Amino acid sequence: MSRIPISEEELISRYGPHLNEEPPGGWDGGIVPDRVVQTHCCFCGQQCGIKLKVKDNEVIGFEPWYEFPFNEGKLCPKGVKRYLQGSHPDRLMHPLERDSTSPSGFRQISWDDALNRVASEVRRIQEEHGPDAFAMLSGVSLTNEKSYLVGKFARLALGTANLDYNGRFCMVSAGAGNKKALGVDRAPNPWSDIPLADVVWVAGSNIAETFPITTSYIWKARDRGARLIVQDPRVVPLARTADLFLPVRPGSDSALFGAVLHQLIRNDWLDHEFIDNHTVDFDQAAAAVADMTPAWAASITGVAAARIEEAAELWGTSATGMLLHARGIEQQSKGVDNVLAAINLGLATGKFGKPGCGVSTITGQGNGQGGREQGHKCDQLPGNRDISNPEHREHVAGVWGCDESEIPGKGLSAEEIIEAIHEGSIKGLLSICFNPLVSAPDSNFTKEALDKLEFYSVIDFFLSESAQHADMVLPGSLHEEDEGTATSGEGRIIKINAATEPPGEARLDWEILVDLAERLDRGQYFPFQSSKEIFEELRLASAGGTADYRGVTWERVEAEMGLFWPVPEEGHPGTPRLFEGGKFYHPDGKARFHPIPFRESAEVVDDEYPIWLTTGRVVSQYLSGTQTRRIGALVRQYPEPLCEMHPQLAAQLGVSDGDLITVTSRRGDMVLPAQVVATIRPDTVFIPFHWPGRKAVNQLTNRALDPISRMPEFKVSAVRIDRVDDSQRAGESSEPRPA
Amino acid sequence: MKYRPNEAPVFVIDQSRCIGCEACVQGCMECGTHRGQSLIHLERIDRATTTQTAPMVCMHCEDPTCAQVCPADAIKQDEGGIVHSALKPRCIGCSNCVIACPFGVPRFMAELDQMMKCDMCIDRTSEGLKPMCASVCPSEALWYGTREEFADNRRGELIREFRFGRQDVRTLVYTVVDDLAPGPLDVLRGFERSWLEDPFDLEGGAHDAGLGFS
Repeated sequence: MSRIPISEEELISRYGPHLNEEPPGGWDGGIVPDRVVQTHCCFCGQQCGIKLKVKDNEVIGFEPWYEFPFNEGKLCPKGVKRYLQGSHPDRLMHPLERDSTSPSGFRQISWDDALNRVASEVRRIQEEHGPDAFAMLSGVSLTNEKSYLVGKFARLALGTANLDYNGRFCMVSAGAGNKKALGVDRAPNPWSDIPLADVVWVAGSNIAETFPITTSYIWKARDRGARLIVQDPRVVPLARTADLFLPVRPGSDSALFGAVLHQLIRNDWLDHEFIDNHTVDFDQAAAAVADMTPAWAASITGVAAARIEEAAELWGTSATGMLLHARGIEQQSKGVDNVLAAINLGLATGKFGKPGCGVSTITGQGNGQGGREQGHKCDQLPGNRDISNPEHREHVAGVWGCDESEIPGKGLSAEEIIEAIHEGSIKGLLSICFNPLVSAPDSNFTKEALDKLEFYSVIDFFLSESAQHADMVLPGSLHEEDEGTATSGEGRIIKINAATEPPGEARLDWEILVDLAERLDRGQYFPFQSSKEIFEELRLASAGGTADYRGVTWERVEAEMGLFWPVPEEGHPGTPRLFEGGKFYHPDGKARFHPIPFRESAEVVDDEYPIWLTTGRVVSQYLSGTQTRRIGALVRQYPEPLCEMHPQLAAQLGVSDGDLITVTSRRGDMVLPAQVVATIRPDTVFIPFHWPGRKAVNQLTNRALDPISRMPEFKVSAVRIDRVDDSQRAGESSEPRPA
Repeated sequence: MKYRPNEAPVFVIDQSRCIGCEACVQGCMECGTHRGQSLIHLERIDRATTTQTAPMVCMHCEDPTCAQVCPADAIKQDEGGIVHSALKPRCIGCSNCVIACPFGVPRFMAELDQMMKCDMCIDRTSEGLKPMCASVCPSEALWYGTREEFADNRRGELIREFRFGRQDVRTLVYTVVDDLAPGPLDVLRGFERSWLEDPFDLEGGAHDAGLGFS
């Protein structure tokens, strides 16, 4: 049973999060770097270029990388402070085995013993319960090379179908929608298209806090006179200056998009030539919105009909336009519907494949775009191939040198793996760069699941909240300790360069997996001596797939500061903009409209739980906070979760700014301070999700999944709120302490 | 990417573009000579009603009020026009400069027993590099470049003359206005949009999701 070995407080006192405050040598050191390494930020899918200053195998600071074209030196606060995740007192330096008799909960063991134990537990569980009873969960903080290796490792070394990744909680609704409508899962545009748009429509993306660099692209468009539309339940910082604000009720986005399509049709703001020649099924999509009038949508979304009409007019009458969407519309039990409904608007007006035109997701996680192409998703093989497609399986089996039948079939998605662990059909788990205890919905359920595992091994660089439950902790590598490639949100393959070597006994992630494969007697498939060798195989495995990397070389990626896939052969210039000439990736070359009738979220407000809850990020923290909750300056910027609520709701609840409140859903409750602000819908509250335990908003969120993408509904739950009486105040504090 | 002295790059601040991310605050700490001390201010105007934030660097007045009012003659302006933190041996901590600055820039830092303020990253700008805050600012609310670059890429006019009561102040740092026509200067350049008066259309009655708000 993978329960935490000692109390959480004791684990935190040993393994953190502690706060790293200063660069190695301190602020006054006047240390001159040995070298400066051009690489990228690890903290979101924008993958900003950055230069890391290195002295004696430690990163001591950064310098803007002005020449890198995407961000030209710009960084958000996470990028500025990213270097402080190195030389960190919490860094895992040795393999650790769970030992509840040890004061630290773990005992240090040798790599040999650690890897042998993992291999023997994999064998034991698989012999007793079948190969799929051992699962693997991966993360898209990993490079393309590691993502590819994880996919191959799970299928050929573990022999399990049950491999999935944490992009399941991030980009999968967009990926599924893109594939259904456009035949390929990639942002259709380079970001240099944004300034060419006459209207920029941001739907469900708090760009200022989650993709700050994109703000400058939007301002470049606005400097040309572009109009900005923001669709969000909150007046997020970018919305403040928008020309039009669409304050949607959580879970109602497809109703709004449907009404806009209704208006486009009614006013004939359509590109008939494009629809006729480059798309199919327009009539079905049109029929589905026949009754979706702006007045109807106003009653569903809470957005005034006049604003919906104005949005339709701006979108429909502008020559160029980009609709950028993110987790706000995607992390819903109808995330794919929302994405398809947004794509319908682009197809109806011919806004694809042209400068300044596109409907695009903004990829969230560091290598969210690249990671999902290389085959560590339960339903995919490298090159964005389909694991259920016989031809795709044959191609990959050919590259891997195995029989096609040796590649397991489609496995469970991330949340379904957690549910299968809870239910007892999955007994063992290996995870890398995934902290489900914080990032998965319904965290009380997730904790129960982890507690039930017979064996849990984690490869990570810090002891995340999930890793606290591990039987075996294998210290892996930080982003800046290995080299490889990643693919940014705009589809640009970039080069990650190593600045330092892993400290202590920590090892490169790919070496750990290769060693483990050897101990599982599958070493013949993993002859890799370097990350670059993995990439060379990835090129072949991706060849002919939609995400075709065959023509990509590390040398070109570095020399050209990025290459946009597909790059089907050497010398190919890459493909910054997809769908030029109206050519889509379905076999007939045409895009698909989809009829999107409106349906409600899995949970809607009622008398018992009358308030909508939505969740998201703050600018100073990244995902589950495993890295960013360990950096002092970032923690101080926003130390703990607050519950944003409108003054009207606060008055009704008798709550003042700063009061402690209890927020309760059908899954759990949490106590936190209210932040009373007039920048959120009065029927909705917002809580950011970066914190663990009793500060985790995912105690409240719903495990309901999108039927296609298997994305959980992080963005919509129903809650009740009560003011905490002075007499009830817990007064507990679990702030990270200084290092 | 370095500017040559004859290109005469300028610092421009356009607070209306600020997204409050604090990249500037975090970046300022990292500038070589700042040694972990952030010298830029990021004001939250009134979080209860708006997400508007405003970054403030030193405007580097041509005739700096802070230096005029310093009884210890501790505040110096260099030949490039940059106004520096108080000289530590001279600063008596009186905070005259803090009170007198029309832009609210100097801060007396008790731990350091010294008035510290933005020096426009003199170690960087003297080598032709952008200051750290204007390097990292994701929204280009803080911007550094030549006037030609600004005219080619940005909307609005640059202005650096201000009147505070009967005091006229001319600064090294520019701010941005929609046009130069005379009239009261609103440095926060409010975006007057109809929706901003009532973002959720609470007056219009469209918003009614079952909680009785109308």
